[in-house]
Amino acid sequence: MFDLRDLYQQVIVDHNKHPRNFGKLSRYNHEADGYNPLCGDRLHVYLDIDASGRIADVSFEGEGCAISMASASLMTEAMKGRSVEEMREVFDAFQRMVTDDLDALPDEERLGKLTVLAGVREFPSRIKCATLCWHTLKAAADDTAEVVKTE
Amino acid sequence: MSIDVQRIRAEFPVLRQQVHGRDLVYLDNAATTQKPRAVIDALRRYYEHDNANVHRGVHALSERATAAYEGARASLRALLNARSVREIVFVRGATEGINLVASSWGGTHVGAGDEVLITGMEHHSNIVPWQMLCERVGATLKVLPIDQRGALCLDQLDALLSERTKLVGVVHLSNALGTINPVSEIIRRAHAVGAKVLIDGAQAVAHMPIDVQALDCDFYVTSAHKMYGPTGIGVLYAKEALLEAMPPYQGGGDMIRMVTFERTEYNELPYKFEAGTPNIAGAIGFAAAVAWLSAQGVERLAAHEQQLLDYATERAAACDGLRLIGTASRRATVLSFVLDGVHPHDLGTILDREGIAIRAGHHCAMPVMQHFGVPATARASFAAYNTREEVDALFAALAKARALFA
Repeated sequence: MFDLRDLYQQVIVDHNKHPRNFGKLSRYNHEADGYNPLCGDRLHVYLDIDASGRIADVSFEGEGCAISMASASLMTEAMKGRSVEEMREVFDAFQRMVTDDLDALPDEERLGKLTVLAGVREFPSRIKCATLCWHTLKAAADDTAEVVKTE
Repeated sequence: MSIDVQRIRAEFPVLRQQVHGRDLVYLDNAATTQKPRAVIDALRRYYEHDNANVHRGVHALSERATAAYEGARASLRALLNARSVREIVFVRGATEGINLVASSWGGTHVGAGDEVLITGMEHHSNIVPWQMLCERVGATLKVLPIDQRGALCLDQLDALLSERTKLVGVVHLSNALGTINPVSEIIRRAHAVGAKVLIDGAQAVAHMPIDVQALDCDFYVTSAHKMYGPTGIGVLYAKEALLEAMPPYQGGGDMIRMVTFERTEYNELPYKFEAGTPNIAGAIGFAAAVAWLSAQGVERLAAHEQQLLDYATERAAACDGLRLIGTASRRATVLSFVLDGVHPHDLGTILDREGIAIRAGHHCAMPVMQHFGVPATARASFAAYNTREEVDALFAALAKARALFA
């Protein structure tokens, strides 16, 4: 039987309570809004990409459930210092992880600590909570003017 | 007189199941209620024996289907105590009923400079159609606010009403807060300035007796699926004189008396408002739900649900970190709340794993969430088949959720 603790791992509970990189960056050159109309989660991602295409800094603001808060917090930690190209690869790997078959193993090499969110694939109605921040990050990097919606 | 809950439960096949290895505790009744055997049987019987189109066929099946469909209309007339079956229009649900009124009556009776007054606790279905109407005709949408307990600020009603007010739209029983609104009083005061009144009874009809003549409302809408009936069918009650004067909402078959390419003569009431083949099976299932509800006695069921709500409210007061959203003095069926440190959506997931179905979200009443400064609430809502033990299960699961997030 699936244990709720598999979804709400201590790392997730901790990142929800104490989100990292929360708030507006003092210097940023990209930003985007994300909104999940189903549950009302709102996110704003700030991104500072340097001349070499590296994510010099990234932060987020917003409110939402533990899955969306923790996912955004973990994402900012994981993406700081990575190139935009790498970010796109991790984005794809993350999408795969949360929508894969239940017995598929996540791409640990690419995802690292982000694999704590693999449990959401057990909860179809919650996958969007985990992916909202990633879509918003990608929209920020692409300078998409429209609000990212998960619906 | 108290009810035999176990006997009632036995009539609902869906309740006899486990979810995630636990007995199902269904507390999402404000979203939709479960269906008793009598309703499921009525639908099956219709499709197995009587299925035919209504009003046109001369064969036996069509005559039986027509009799059953029109019999359903008579059941709804009796339930709501309308004067005539001509005042009973079948629609897809409360939402379509409101859209019909906004489009047909609103389109001809509300103009530039006029006002439509709704309240701060309306469901989106009683906001958006009026917004669309006001935008189209250049009218203004006004809102009667709610207070911190989730009751209407009635002291502000008269100031908001004027001869410009053409229609007042009020929810009878709030799906987000459980508040029962003093609709008789509102209708009386609205009529005093010449406004018509639409009551959104989507939540109310399963939980209290309704008498549209005593209320003197102009329009009353409700949905079958929130009162133990099937989805996709509901009813619009409107005073006959109003319906007579209203243009059709949709054109098509069944709503006509005579058609040429030059002009169409519309059918009599209520058929003028029922274009196309109606939801015949739905209406028959609706009638079975009305019969079931009437046989149980709405007041007896309501008394049982009130005991559950009182008990749940008492448990909530003793629950650390729980804040009730909606504490008006007159409430029914709905316990809406937020829990410190646990987002409603996480709560929904956690409770589901305990076999408990609740609703988490804005309950299609985003302005209510904005009023209380919360993005969403968790909502448990009770029906006739719920038990005290299920309330206990809810609070045991809430304690578990808090422990998980500690």
